[in-house]
Amino acid sequence: MKIADKTTKAVDLVRDALEKAKKFEEYHCFISMNEARALERAREIDAKIEKGEKVGRLAGVPFALKDNYLSRDGFTTAAARMLEEFASPITATAVQRLEAEGAIMIGRANLDAYAHGGSTENSYFGPTHNSADMERVAGGSSGGSAVAVALGIVPFALGSDTGGSIRQPASFNGVYGVKPTYGAVSRYGVVAMASSTDTMGCFATSADDADLVMKIMAGKDEKDSTTLDDFWTKDLAEAAPSKKKIGLISDFMGDGVDEEVKKAVKDYAKKLEKAGFAVEEVKLPIAKYALAIYYIVQPAEVASNLSRYDGIRYGHRAKDFDDLTGLYSNTRDEGFMTENKRRIMIGNFVLSSGFYDAYYLKAQKARTLLINGYNDLLEKYDALLCPVAPNPAFKLGENTSDPLKMYLEDVMTVPANLTGMPAISVPAGKTKGGLPVGAQLIGQRRSDQMLLNIAKTVEDVA
Amino acid sequence: MSITKEDVLHLAKLSRISVKESEIEPLMKDLDSIVNYFSQLNELDTDGVEPTYQCFEMQNVWREDEISEFEANRDDLLALTVESEDNQIKVPKVL
Repeated sequence: MKIADKTTKAVDLVRDALEKAKKFEEYHCFISMNEARALERAREIDAKIEKGEKVGRLAGVPFALKDNYLSRDGFTTAAARMLEEFASPITATAVQRLEAEGAIMIGRANLDAYAHGGSTENSYFGPTHNSADMERVAGGSSGGSAVAVALGIVPFALGSDTGGSIRQPASFNGVYGVKPTYGAVSRYGVVAMASSTDTMGCFATSADDADLVMKIMAGKDEKDSTTLDDFWTKDLAEAAPSKKKIGLISDFMGDGVDEEVKKAVKDYAKKLEKAGFAVEEVKLPIAKYALAIYYIVQPAEVASNLSRYDGIRYGHRAKDFDDLTGLYSNTRDEGFMTENKRRIMIGNFVLSSGFYDAYYLKAQKARTLLINGYNDLLEKYDALLCPVAPNPAFKLGENTSDPLKMYLEDVMTVPANLTGMPAISVPAGKTKGGLPVGAQLIGQRRSDQMLLNIAKTVEDVA
Repeated sequence: MSITKEDVLHLAKLSRISVKESEIEPLMKDLDSIVNYFSQLNELDTDGVEPTYQCFEMQNVWREDEISEFEANRDDLLALTVESEDNQIKVPKVL
């Protein structure tokens, strides 16, 4: 990506990104733009460069911010009516770190409200369109960010990944998507969804760019006690794997998976072999249960996290109500989208007395078995390969009437969230119809840079 | 159907979400198909397996109980509420 220096002006980089955002307005990547403030920051950076002062590793680089990251610039909406006019008094740690290195936020990217969804159709502000086909979904929930990078509006964008929300839209739009190890990047200042699986990552167009952005965001933050000591410290070239062995998860290459998706993943496996890796098919029978586990654990945490939206301290407040309970209930009815309500109700169902042991506790025990399954395989292999999603981007409206069908989109991405493991989505090819398809690499915790190193090796042989 | 109309109304009450009469039927159908999907976990033998509630690699994280600067002040926070008076947030009568 282009960094501002004596010959490349930050103002030109930002102006170019803003012009492209305008040109591609019909894709609806953005909920709001940050034009005036972005240009002001760019001018400040250019002035510093002029004076020979230090400007940071991302000087003048424009980026799109998923609109569930709090920033003092403008409103943070989470794509929900509840926060339509929420002017955050704080800025997320990840954003602060990027801005300290000179990166410039040009706009707030669209998402499914509260990051609940796999298509960006659950946005209160309307859906984002796929970068390769206007009739199709962007994927989600970080759809706006993925499309903004795929269209070349910005060289990188931030997303959040609780069950696949970075990797699936990356796959649908042919860009890199990084879901880091749980705790690699601070969650401080990001609208909470499911706290045990929420991770903060990015979209980019190369392994090197993704590595640089993640390296800047990663590391301990006293405002998020689950953050790990900084392990994202190597040069990418130094993060090479030792075994040179990749396991292809056969359970995710069977029935119900689109033939063109399987072909793209097999093609990626061939490239890995060309790059010197041994690729072996492996069985992981527990993997197919990950989706049921996830859709118990995640709504339970959603129900808890979203209980804070009560219409009292911040956000939307209903105008009509009889008493305090009415204020809560009407505010939450008006402020949430249907999918938000479904998840809150499922969460309260699996947590309620009489059902807790049968659903919530059972799922958390099964989660242990899932982690054991992945750990066993990752003793023998550097990483595991599988598709990102069972299909390429589907048509707008195709899955909206059947929530379970939409959830099935996440079947191959949720294991990394439940196990806390890093996973990346890499461009692996296109369908005959021209739709991008990604492949997914999953590794042991803290092997994030190794995954990007593998992706870079494949970039070099291709 | 394992999810009844009463279940939906009970969950809506627990969740503090008003539900219109026309929304009950679709919610019953959707929640029912989702909950039925969960039943596949019964195929797994989890006897004696410890649950995993988090994979943070850490237990308790301690720090000194010291006052630190917060980037937002009281006025910033009160400005976010719909109604406040004398540095207090106004709500409808509780009792």
